[in-house]
Amino acid sequence: MVTTTNAMKKLLNRVEDIVPESLAGLAKAHPDVVKIDAANNVVLRAGGPRRGKVALVSGGGSGHEPLHGGFVGLGMLDAACAGNVFTSPVPDQMEAATRAVDGGAGVLHIVKNYTGDVLNFQMAAELVAGEIEVASVVTNDDVAVQDSLYTAGRRGVGGTVLVEKIAGAHAEAGASLADVTATALRVNANVRSMGLALTSAIVPAAGTPTFELGDDEVEVGIGIHGEPGRRREKLSTVDEMADWLVEPIVSDLGIGRGDKVLAFVNGMGGTPLIELYVAFNSVARILEGKGIGIARSLVGSYITSLEMAGFSVTLLKLDDELVRWWDAPVHTPALRWGV
Amino acid sequence: MYDKLTAWLRLSAERIHEEATALTALDRAIGDGDHGINMDRGFAAIVATLDETEAPIAEALNEAEASATLLRTAGKRLISTVGGASGPLYGTAFLRAAGAIAAGNGRPAETIVAALEAAAGGVASLGKASPGEKTMLDALVPAAQAARAAIDSGADLAAVVAAARDAAEAGAVGTIPMLATKGRASYLGERSVGHQDPGATSSALLLRALADVASD
Repeated sequence: MVTTTNAMKKLLNRVEDIVPESLAGLAKAHPDVVKIDAANNVVLRAGGPRRGKVALVSGGGSGHEPLHGGFVGLGMLDAACAGNVFTSPVPDQMEAATRAVDGGAGVLHIVKNYTGDVLNFQMAAELVAGEIEVASVVTNDDVAVQDSLYTAGRRGVGGTVLVEKIAGAHAEAGASLADVTATALRVNANVRSMGLALTSAIVPAAGTPTFELGDDEVEVGIGIHGEPGRRREKLSTVDEMADWLVEPIVSDLGIGRGDKVLAFVNGMGGTPLIELYVAFNSVARILEGKGIGIARSLVGSYITSLEMAGFSVTLLKLDDELVRWWDAPVHTPALRWGV
Repeated sequence: MYDKLTAWLRLSAERIHEEATALTALDRAIGDGDHGINMDRGFAAIVATLDETEAPIAEALNEAEASATLLRTAGKRLISTVGGASGPLYGTAFLRAAGAIAAGNGRPAETIVAALEAAAGGVASLGKASPGEKTMLDALVPAAQAARAAIDSGADLAAVVAAARDAAEAGAVGTIPMLATKGRASYLGERSVGHQDPGATSSALLLRALADVASD
């Protein structure tokens, strides 16, 4: 099995235009759902700010599509700020987004726990302080990183998608900033993830893979920016590899027999859907063996790392309220149901 | 001082551009492979702003004000264009340095030392980091300390900045055996050991450029 590719065989015009052109394409494909603030590389919900609704703003480096721009629309985000590929967006972008979506009921920033994202969103909140009420929730669901004093903390990965959907539904229902924030925090507290890569990714501006993997090697505990993970293993069956991911998640979340989860098997971008379903089958078998019920599921490439082959598993411990918000209507480029 | 600082910013932009690939390679080993690209973009933006607005900045009240405005402008350009953690951290370093220069006593060597200390302090505070965690601070803090020691022993501007440069370069190399406990490299745990930190490397590069300008 080959893991090297012709590095720059990508669908591009000029490398430096990849972000604006991808945003323009997104808006042209979904003009009823999103519009673009091209000056600031921000994806905005079409139809302008909604008076009285808490607005949700997120963002991050490009290269993780559909996260976050593909999640802008009814029942989810009001704005998504697109940084350069794998690079946090800058405060100017979040400031513009926050001002554009403010409906007078406050704005919730959903921030993945990476130093750059946290610092830039923090600076942006300072820029609107006193004018717009901003709350922030930092997602940190990745169990691959030991949450200790000795790291930058756990990364925000697959759980971020679930936070955006569930908090987005609660906001759409007209809840207050405090309540929407509490919901976002509750999802974050009950979700854990871990990922594994079969190949690296190639950042267009760099032109070469971000790390080298042998034909028979996998990188376990990866993030979403093409950075190496915690350890390297030999490629195994997906039944075994799924266990490398599910075990630490189940253990860290403290779930067991009788608990119900939303099981999210996510493709890193370069893995075909047939393989993701094989992986889901493995995950489902492991959970069945533990007496953990899968009440809801999500399978697909939703938080990606360009063309990286691999997958991540995210488990959210469910209760009736979280199920209700998950099931609520959503209309974004990437997720649509109930409407 | 103003002329030296503009010369430094332009020289830094050139050097960052030359070293962008190398910086990115360092960042690929223990990060996400974009430090050189991001810094290049930021410093190119500074030069573009200088080309457009240098004359008005220079016409400010006095040398100190002009120098402070210059660094503040540079800091803001970095914050608005670099992204990642480097944007806010380097931006804050420049903004704090600008503050020190505005408050300076008119003696260039002492002002530069105060600026270095303010820059290092700003990064430490925003990043909630200290030396030994394998970050840009491992170049900036030794640089500020060496500059202070040099001026306390009567060195002139060129010697003070040379001391800062030497300490920064040694500090950057000194990050090689460190275990990263901050930033993206910290996710790698033990695997971060044995690689030079890209942020410390770019900090040392900037200080080398400053020393070259100061000795002209």
